[in-house]
Amino acid sequence: MSWLTQLFSRRRLYRDLSEEIQAHLDEKVEELVAEGVSREEATYRARREFGNVGLVQEQSGDVWPSMEDFLMDVRYGLRMLRKNRVFTVIGLLTIAIGIGANAAVFSVVNGVLLKPLNYPRAEELVSLRQMAPGAPGLSDFVNGLRLSASMYFTYADQNRAFQSLGVWISGTANVTGRAEPEQVRTANVSDGVLEALEVSPEIGRWLSPSDQIPRGAETVMLSHGYWQRRFGGDQSVLGRDLMVNSRPRQIVGVMPSGFRIGDSDFDLIAPLAFDRGKLILAGFGFNGIARLKSGVTITEANADMARMLPIWMDSWSNGPGTDPHFYENWKITPSLRPLKQEVIGNVSDILWAVMATIGLVMLIACANVANLFLVKTEARQQELAVRAALGAGWERIVRGLLVESVMLGLMAGVLGIGLAYGGVQLLLSMGPANLPRLSEISLDSQTLGFTIFLSLLSGLLFGLIPALKYVGPHTALAVQSTERTASLSRERHRTRNLLVLGQVAMALVLLVSAGLMIRTFQELRTVEPGFTDGQHLQLMRISIPNSLVAEPERVTRIQNEIADRLGAIPGVQSVGFASEMPMEGFAPDWDEIYAEDKVYSDGQIQPLRLFKFVSPGFFHTTGTQMIAGREPTWTEVYGMRPVVMVSENLARELWGSSSAAIGRRLRDRRRTEWHEVIGVVEDVHEEGVQQKAPETVYWSGPADSMRTVTFAVRSERSGAQSFLNEIHQAVWSVNSNLALASVRTMQGVYDESLARTSFTLVMLGIAGAMALVLGIIGIYGVISYMVSQRRREIGIRLALGAQRGDVLRMVLRQGAELALVGVAIGIGAAFGLTRLLTGLLFGVTAHDPITFVAVATLLVSVALVACYIPARRAMLINPMVALRHE
Amino acid sequence: MTTALILFYSRPRVKEPGEEGKTRSMKKTPQRDLFPGALEMMILRMLKRQPLHGYALVQHIKRTSRDLLQIEEGSLYPALQRLLKEKLVRAEWGVSSTNRRVRIYTLTAAGAKHLDHEVSSFERMLEGITRVLAPGES
Repeated sequence: MSWLTQLFSRRRLYRDLSEEIQAHLDEKVEELVAEGVSREEATYRARREFGNVGLVQEQSGDVWPSMEDFLMDVRYGLRMLRKNRVFTVIGLLTIAIGIGANAAVFSVVNGVLLKPLNYPRAEELVSLRQMAPGAPGLSDFVNGLRLSASMYFTYADQNRAFQSLGVWISGTANVTGRAEPEQVRTANVSDGVLEALEVSPEIGRWLSPSDQIPRGAETVMLSHGYWQRRFGGDQSVLGRDLMVNSRPRQIVGVMPSGFRIGDSDFDLIAPLAFDRGKLILAGFGFNGIARLKSGVTITEANADMARMLPIWMDSWSNGPGTDPHFYENWKITPSLRPLKQEVIGNVSDILWAVMATIGLVMLIACANVANLFLVKTEARQQELAVRAALGAGWERIVRGLLVESVMLGLMAGVLGIGLAYGGVQLLLSMGPANLPRLSEISLDSQTLGFTIFLSLLSGLLFGLIPALKYVGPHTALAVQSTERTASLSRERHRTRNLLVLGQVAMALVLLVSAGLMIRTFQELRTVEPGFTDGQHLQLMRISIPNSLVAEPERVTRIQNEIADRLGAIPGVQSVGFASEMPMEGFAPDWDEIYAEDKVYSDGQIQPLRLFKFVSPGFFHTTGTQMIAGREPTWTEVYGMRPVVMVSENLARELWGSSSAAIGRRLRDRRRTEWHEVIGVVEDVHEEGVQQKAPETVYWSGPADSMRTVTFAVRSERSGAQSFLNEIHQAVWSVNSNLALASVRTMQGVYDESLARTSFTLVMLGIAGAMALVLGIIGIYGVISYMVSQRRREIGIRLALGAQRGDVLRMVLRQGAELALVGVAIGIGAAFGLTRLLTGLLFGVTAHDPITFVAVATLLVSVALVACYIPARRAMLINPMVALRHE
Repeated sequence: MTTALILFYSRPRVKEPGEEGKTRSMKKTPQRDLFPGALEMMILRMLKRQPLHGYALVQHIKRTSRDLLQIEEGSLYPALQRLLKEKLVRAEWGVSSTNRRVRIYTLTAAGAKHLDHEVSSFERMLEGITRVLAPGES
């Protein structure tokens, strides 16, 4: 009900009441007159027997909720808040910061975890994941086994569970013919991907089945962003050609802004155009995406896929002489996941941890403000008691107090929204760059609703505690207790003490969490990543597509020439390149190898090894240590000499030691020729320092496998703009159609791989610091309030001969008791709660004793320092002044 | 919450013969108060027989109780508002037998049910009190 109609209905209520009462009196008078009483006497008697008309009206009206009372409370509350400026500002800021931080984190949690994905009926979308526990090495992957092209055809043709199904892969392509050559992000899709996602193009049409015919018309779709950036949103792009990897592709459509496939953003969508006749079983490189038929569950769809796996093995082969049912050893099991879960990945752990942390800070902030309110209400006890004695109902007084605290909460909420806006910007700039759905984070209506809810809740929370404590049927008693009562009973401090205990305990939990993250970070920093001095290692990715240079041998020549030109730039110490740098996160290549001196029985499953391709001088450039042997030379590369390097852990596994590996020979399934091991390099943490270094084989060819490589340039000038310009010139002097992508330093790649950990660390650190400060303020407030209340008593003690040191110790002991009990409770809570962090920790257990002891010591000593200030004040009390004071 | 509110507001009392004419501030004699809800119960009982307006209600209660219960007439109105709020009675403007514009109250179905419940619990309480007060037993 709006308060306007409330006001009107109230006016009518009073009009009706007074008319009704008047009729009552009139009727009584008439009756008495009829009985023979004089009119004057009758009027008097009627009034007397009726009672106080005004009071009756008021009491009748009070039955209904009243806006006027509420407005009065609001006015009164505002007056109280204005009167206690310092109190209001401190309370407001404390709560506003708490609400702001919570709203900011909530908007991230909401945008990333809670909101459905941006597709029609997104809950039907699934990611086609498969696990392959029987494929050693591969099972380490979080993402399991991806689909091969032949699998896609089998699934697409034979399934009963899906409306549509497709595979896609992200990559890069060079776009030329427009100003500078540019490397763009591409999504190559099969038929069925766009159909499953069901997002209509902004203009033009989807890629159609006819676009998927190999060697047919070559077509491409643009993303909204790329269309705006390169074509200024020109409608006439449809039908025009774009030079992609040096071949013309006709633009057939533009996808609307915000459209993504899963979480990957892209500039172009091109058809995969599989040549069905040339497919084999292997080639598990594609992401599968599908839309379930309505009513089909994930379990049913899993069963449907499991049914099709034998069909897949029967329909395709890996070439003559191979056993198509070999893959039964891999124990492939479909394990579909909702697309949303796939997109969010494991980031939800972090976000919930951060949300819980910030929620705890909010509780601590509320406890602080509740304490302020307690002190203030206690000071107002006399006033409240007088009001109660004058006839105010206690529920009315409580309402007044609550209106005041809720108003403070709401004002803080308004401030908090402003802070949250800044907070979201901060979070986005700090957040891991690979945080999914970043673009969907905003302060939307849900966040606003959450903020308002939080403001009301916090207002009620810190208003209710003093209200319950000081107001009640016993309020009237307080009139008698004056400030002259000697010392204060423990009873009166109990609520405040409990609040402080809670604060200290929560602060401990947060600080322990932050401490564990700091230890994790330290541990991670001590791990040798497998390269040195990443800051001076300039990276860039260069791709030489088949359409630009067909002959593999020329690819090698061009790359060699680029390396030479880069090496000639002043300040460059060395140059090398590889299929990818550690931690870059490009799709890795895993396969089996066979050592010449080992006997392999049929059907024995070989572990998968990471395959990388490196140029001569690559390890010298990255600073990766050669444990034994040497790197290959360009002569060996051009001469296609069968040489190979292995990682230390692989050498140890196969031949017992690094030195024993030199001169041994190995091969893979593709290469029939035996390759001689000429070098052993230190283990490299390819997937981030948290992960164990994989057993790796470093090949030097063939050139066809190395069309897209990352160049690494060792130079003091890394990162400087002038240096980058010279690098561009050097590359273009070799071939002006080459584009440079992912230009960054190795340090940047390394930092990004730690982004998750450092983000959590920073968030927990901020929360822990806030909790520490708030908790200390809480202890300080309680102790110094207690000292001020006990001035007289302490004065008497001193006058009677107590030593000043005793007074100091007495106050400090009280503070220490609070801190110790709070810490003890906190340790118990932290023991249970830090287990939730286990997934984020590295090299340290969730119950790390060092962290626990250090944090507890820190908290207790800071608390003692906070208590020392009021304790000193107590010690210096002049008994005469204190006693004369009242 | 509503019960708490209802409890809190002023209560009708049983008057004693000599009390009339005393000022309001002197009427703090708790043992003579009707218990909370008694007036409401009686109103509902009266309305069960027939719809009535305020004045008629007072007269009926007085007459039926043979003036043993002299309720303060005004206290009827807050009680009626409480019953209206709980939707136990309904009010409509109408014309009384003496041709006056009055608000006539009618019992609702919920009111009838509430009355039955109240009466039975009141009777149990009364029986208990009577037994305790009964003379003869030690």
